[in-house]
Order: sequence, then C-alpha cells, then structure tokens
Amino acid sequence: MSYANKLRCKECGRSYPLEPMHVCEFCFGPLEVFYDYEAIKDVISHERIASGPPTMWRYADLLPCDPKRVVDIGTGFTPLIRAGNLARKLGLKHLYIKNDCQNPTWSFKDRVVSVATSVAKEFEFDTLACASTGNLANSVSAHAARAGLKAIVFIPANLEQGKVIGSAIYSPTLVAVDGSYDDVNRLCSELGDRYPWAFVNINIRPYYAEGSKTLAYEVCEQLGWRTPDRCVVPLASGSLFTKIYKGFKEFAWLGLVDWRATRMNGAQALGCSPIVEAWDKGTLDVRPQKPDTIAKSLAIGNPADGYNALKVMKETGGGATAVTDPEVIDGMKLLAETEGIFAETAGGVVISGLRRMVESGEIDPDEVVVAFITGAGLKTREVVAPELDPALSITPSLAAFEEALLEREGALPAGRNG
Amino acid sequence: MAKQRMKFTFEQQLIKEPLIWKLAKEFSVVTNIRRADVTEDRGWVVLELEGELEEIERSLQWMQDHGVRVDPVPGDIVEG
Repeated sequence: MSYANKLRCKECGRSYPLEPMHVCEFCFGPLEVFYDYEAIKDVISHERIASGPPTMWRYADLLPCDPKRVVDIGTGFTPLIRAGNLARKLGLKHLYIKNDCQNPTWSFKDRVVSVATSVAKEFEFDTLACASTGNLANSVSAHAARAGLKAIVFIPANLEQGKVIGSAIYSPTLVAVDGSYDDVNRLCSELGDRYPWAFVNINIRPYYAEGSKTLAYEVCEQLGWRTPDRCVVPLASGSLFTKIYKGFKEFAWLGLVDWRATRMNGAQALGCSPIVEAWDKGTLDVRPQKPDTIAKSLAIGNPADGYNALKVMKETGGGATAVTDPEVIDGMKLLAETEGIFAETAGGVVISGLRRMVESGEIDPDEVVVAFITGAGLKTREVVAPELDPALSITPSLAAFEEALLEREGALPAGRNG
Repeated sequence: MAKQRMKFTFEQQLIKEPLIWKLAKEFSVVTNIRRADVTEDRGWVVLELEGELEEIERSLQWMQDHGVRVDPVPGDIVEG
C-alpha cells in the first residue's frame, strides 16, 4: 500500500484520483503526487528507514508505489563523499559530493524510472516508453527488461553509437527519428496521446518525478539526519531541482530533520541555459532556447519545471549559474583529478558552476555544501578525450621509459637505491 | 476528431496580431484557451485544439510559419 492519495494541480490546486495522467483537465497545469502525510508521520522514523534495504526503496513510505511490488535493479543509497581535496581547491571547508554515477545504469535516472516502472506495472501497462538522447533511454530499457515489460525508446537519428549500445543491450524497440529536436518532441507528444503506453515523462510524469526526492532523503540520512546549507544541482527540465527541495521539506515536516533553510543553486551549460537566463533577468518567465552545448544530458531548451525551479531559488535564497563548454570539461577534469570521480558533462557543469559561485562570494566557505553528480563519465568520454594527455609511447627498455618520463615530467622520481 | 494541447509563445512583434482568431478562421479547428500570460514584450497561451488530426497539424505549421513558437504543454519530452 502506498501513502499517495491524490494528484494535485500545481497551478490551480484541483485534485484528481491516482491515475496515469499528467496535466490538469481544467487549466492544463502540471500535476503532482500528494500523500497522506499525517499517516506517514505516525509510522516513519529514523529506525524504520535505517532498517530498510540499502537502496532508494528504504524511503518507500514517501514514494507513490506499493512497496511490495516495486521494480528495483539496485538503485540509490549511493555514496555521499566528503570531498576534502576539491574543497581545498575551491576554498570551501565542508564540501560533499553525492555520487549518483554509481546507480545500475550509471545515472540518477534510475531513481525516477524505478518509480515510473513500478507504477506502470500497478496500472497494468505492458509497454514502457521514452524519448531520450542517453541516460533516460538506458534506464528505461534496463527497467523494462527487469519488469518483463516491452520497451519502446525514441532516439535522435544522429545519436552516437556509444550511447545507443547502453540501451540496445537490453533489447528495447529502438526508434531513430530523423528530424529536428522540436520535431521529435512534437512526435512524442502525439504518440503519448495515441498509444496506451506508460510514457515515463508524459502520462506517468507526476509519479516518475517523485523518484528524485530520494536524493534529498539520502543526503539527509548520510549527513547524520540534517539538511545541508547549500545544494548545487544540474538543471535540465528543473524537475530534479524542485524535487530535491521537496524532499528536504517533507523530511522536515515529518520531524526527521530540523528545518534549516537549504539554499538551492542550479547550474546549466551556457549553450542551453533558459532557466539561468530567466534568473539573471529577475523573471519567472522562461524563454525556450535551441540547445547548443556538449552537456547533452542537460540540453532541454523548453524546461517543463523551469518556472517552479526559479520559484525554489527565490524562496531559498539560492541562484543559478551558467558555464561555458570549456568550463564543463575543466569541471570534469577537476573532479576526476581531486576526488577520483569521472562524471559526465552534467557533473562538469556542477563543479564549474560551484567554482563560480564560490569565487563570486555567493557561497560562504563555512557552509555545508552538497554538489550533485548525476551521471558517469564513460557516457560522454568523447568530449574529454581530446583534452587528456596521451599515453607515453616507449619501446620496452628502461632507458626509453626514463627518457619519456623526463621529457613529460621534467624530472625522474628517486629510485630504490637513491 | 482529435484533440491536442499546445503552448504558443509569441514574441513582442506578434502580440498585437489576432493569430488565434485567424487560425480558427483559416482551419476547421476549434481553439479553447485554458491559460495565458501576456506581458509588454511577450506572451504565451496554453490551449486545446480540436479537429481532424491533419487539419490540426496544418494549423500548427501555419502558426509556426507566422513566427509563433509551438510546443507540447509538458515542455520538452526528449530528455538526456
């Protein structure tokens, strides 16, 4: 049994029963899952959560699924790492990295898709669908395989082969659409209306989005049941950003943490930064952009939750920053070289965005800061490959090795005999 | 008959043009506005279009040809 008890329109507040629908019939505003929080308050505790599985499903009381029927491939409860080396480089004292590269398909999308797939099974859909350039496609394909559902995944026709394999291995029906980004969006909207599929980010979207809250719950638990002072989160649709904040608020309301006003900061790549642009102009009105950035996983030109993300920034005293593509690569390298974490481009956006926020004085060095790294670097290795030092090529002799090392490093390390 | 929910975004130079009225005159499509926001420099309208699918698609193309941005109501569906 789930404690979810209705869908509610974020715009006009009208309520609907828990069905596969995503917009208010009256105003076409987005719907959100609402819960019987009083009932949850009666049962939830630190002990109950801590005795749950070491996955995102330890927070099942706050997710819209029957906990006995969840589709779980081992998602969540990923490491929260105290990032001392990176903190020193940036001039911070208490920096943590939430490393969601370690999910089963190597991105945070497993959280939302695990919820969407579980709900799709409860609603008795036989097909899971999505449109994606990478992470979401991988996760939908994997979860459908685990759940015994058919998967149909729409991808752009020009998608790199490496990204196709991460989905194709699970044997979904892959459909490569030859058209502009806008054409693919329009087609998917029409398909969502026409076919009785669980289209994870259309008719299942209110449920799907709830999976992102588990990032906030985990951070609180891993910090010793407290919220951080500041979060830095990558912005694409804005959904992840708003749901992390919702997670903090729910935990505080349920008495699991003391309320502390966590400041929420978002980061985008300059080549697709409609939310940052609105923030800089001081408006809640997000103007769609045509994406042109190497940070493809964040390339949403018309973000569904941009308005709500801006409201959260305003409410929490947070903000938003955009970084250039070269900064994205610098951020990826900095995280790898200081903390041993190889993140995809979205991680580079977060780390370089964080650096800008510290340098501008927006973030105080004493704050407890959590940076969210949402996907693994092997997914976007082609963007960093040209920026990395090539291997030293030598013939198999000691002299050749020492000559090459001397040339690269300028000095040789001390040998065993001094 | 088909129904489609769309968001039209108008840049400043188009705000004074009665384009939704013109669309309804030009095509056999019923327009039903549900939400809108128009400021000095920009406007958006969320509406439902009802008619034959091909006629709706022609009307949406006509709207784009007039410089209006046409998007699905939920925003971008293609995700990373």
